[in-house]
Amino acid sequence: MKILTTVKRVTDPDMKVKIKPDGTGIVTDGVEYKMNSFDEYGVEEAIVLKQNHGGEVVVVSVGPSASTKEIRTALAMGADRGILVETDAELDSDAVARVLAEVVKKEQPDIIVMGKQAVDSDRNQAGQMLAAYLGYPQATFAYSLEVADGWATVGREVDGGTSTKRIKLPGIVTADLRLNEPRYASLPGIMKAKRKPLETMTPDDLGVDVTSKVRVIKYEAPEERQAGRIVETVDELIEVLRNEAKAI
Amino acid sequence: MANVLVVAEHLNGQLRKVTNATVAFAKQAAGLTGGQVHVLVLGSGIGGVVEEAAKSGADKVLFEDSAVFTNYLAENHGPAVAKVAQDIGATIVCAASSTFGKDLLPAVAAHLSAGMVSDATKVWDDGGLKFMRPLWAGNVLTTVEVTTPVKVITVRTTEFDALPESGPAPSEAVATGVGGTDAAEFVNFDQVKSERPELTDADVIVAGGRGLKSAENFGMIMELADLLSGAVGASRAAVDSGYAPNDWQIGQTGKVVAPNLYFAVAISGAIQHLAGMKGSKTIVAINTNAEAPIFQVADYGLVADAFAVVPELTEKLKALGV
Repeated sequence: MKILTTVKRVTDPDMKVKIKPDGTGIVTDGVEYKMNSFDEYGVEEAIVLKQNHGGEVVVVSVGPSASTKEIRTALAMGADRGILVETDAELDSDAVARVLAEVVKKEQPDIIVMGKQAVDSDRNQAGQMLAAYLGYPQATFAYSLEVADGWATVGREVDGGTSTKRIKLPGIVTADLRLNEPRYASLPGIMKAKRKPLETMTPDDLGVDVTSKVRVIKYEAPEERQAGRIVETVDELIEVLRNEAKAI
Repeated sequence: MANVLVVAEHLNGQLRKVTNATVAFAKQAAGLTGGQVHVLVLGSGIGGVVEEAAKSGADKVLFEDSAVFTNYLAENHGPAVAKVAQDIGATIVCAASSTFGKDLLPAVAAHLSAGMVSDATKVWDDGGLKFMRPLWAGNVLTTVEVTTPVKVITVRTTEFDALPESGPAPSEAVATGVGGTDAAEFVNFDQVKSERPELTDADVIVAGGRGLKSAENFGMIMELADLLSGAVGASRAAVDSGYAPNDWQIGQTGKVVAPNLYFAVAISGAIQHLAGMKGSKTIVAINTNAEAPIFQVADYGLVADAFAVVPELTEKLKALGV
């Protein structure tokens, strides 16, 4: 089985994001980057699928040249080869999906496993758009995945409970939190990853115009909540909730 | 014909309240585009939902009552919504930013070659339509514009209040001609049965974190929530630790809530949790660690052991007849 998985290079989610004074973007000096955490679940699941069904795991990133680091991380976890579609353009999810669609047409994977959203842009769109562009079925927000007889059975996290959906492969699965426990790259894995093939191409090579349909005009910080005050006892808490906040 | 199309969301024969808030957003948008708000209901046996949608403040309800739509599948709903959007000349297609809207609308956007905005919190026109949306777990707000004629939007419904019930708008059956996919099957929906209000609708939420140490210890959280007719929430850490179901998760990757009163119990206040609850009116934090970031956003903080003070709080409120 050929499995395609995707990774995005994002700012470290544990670091506080600073906005440029002129509101044109975020401050990138001194910022650390890592693989989008939902993509870690996607890569892990791709490797588990290969372990269970055999085949090959191809990891794809669309972004700046520095994204080779995140691809190497996925290769160190156990993916077989990497593809970077290199661009410095600001991409909306639609542009990412159109690029990925061309990669999929070239690679013809049996299944595509992606993170459900990136923790920087928080859009949660690319997987679903990719499915629509390819005419493939989708199963988003997966917490479980089983593949048999050309179909994937996917447990999904949805509002109000969980849901199960079956999709005919080739299809797209997006990963949610409980899907698995992403492994850490081992030292031998990291050494091996250095020798694994990593192909670089551009959106032009794929014939994709990456002009975004959504333009960001301004970045700003939200109004911060002010810290309130510390109460000493439960009685005092009840008193303020009843008489000051009038919340109870 | 710059109409606004709202995709209705319904469950067990009832319109979900997030749809009413989406209609409120749509009304604002239609006021800017000079069009009407049409609500689209897809499903089978949806008469009651259509009636509810007609009173949501929309100008018209469109519906297709068909076995194809009995169970939601993006593969069927996606082309159907796109078809109706084209037929009514919609320039904005929107739905709540729920798991339904997040699953469906990107597919609709791709079918319409439209740009898409997730989690819109505001819409305005200053020489072109603009939308505001949060990203980086709510630590950054961006103003965006969509360059395509049709704009697809998921709406952060906590930012919009449902409109007062209106006289019934006319409803009209539509035929999308969608025949049903053979590449996807709905198997089941396992609904978490609860007498408690939904997190996104609740007036009061009591949420627990990893500091509770076990699923059993969520018992005291539920007891306080039930006394206040509230919902129960959890941090991602508590969900990851298996103390609480994923459906309770509040934060960047879970639900975004804005109740009148929010109790954060044994929750440290990671950025990604704050993203989901800092719009609450009054926030109470209970945590043993006085340095926990949750105290930076709380209106009232109690530095104490939850195992002692939560049962005490519940008992004292009961004694007061709350």
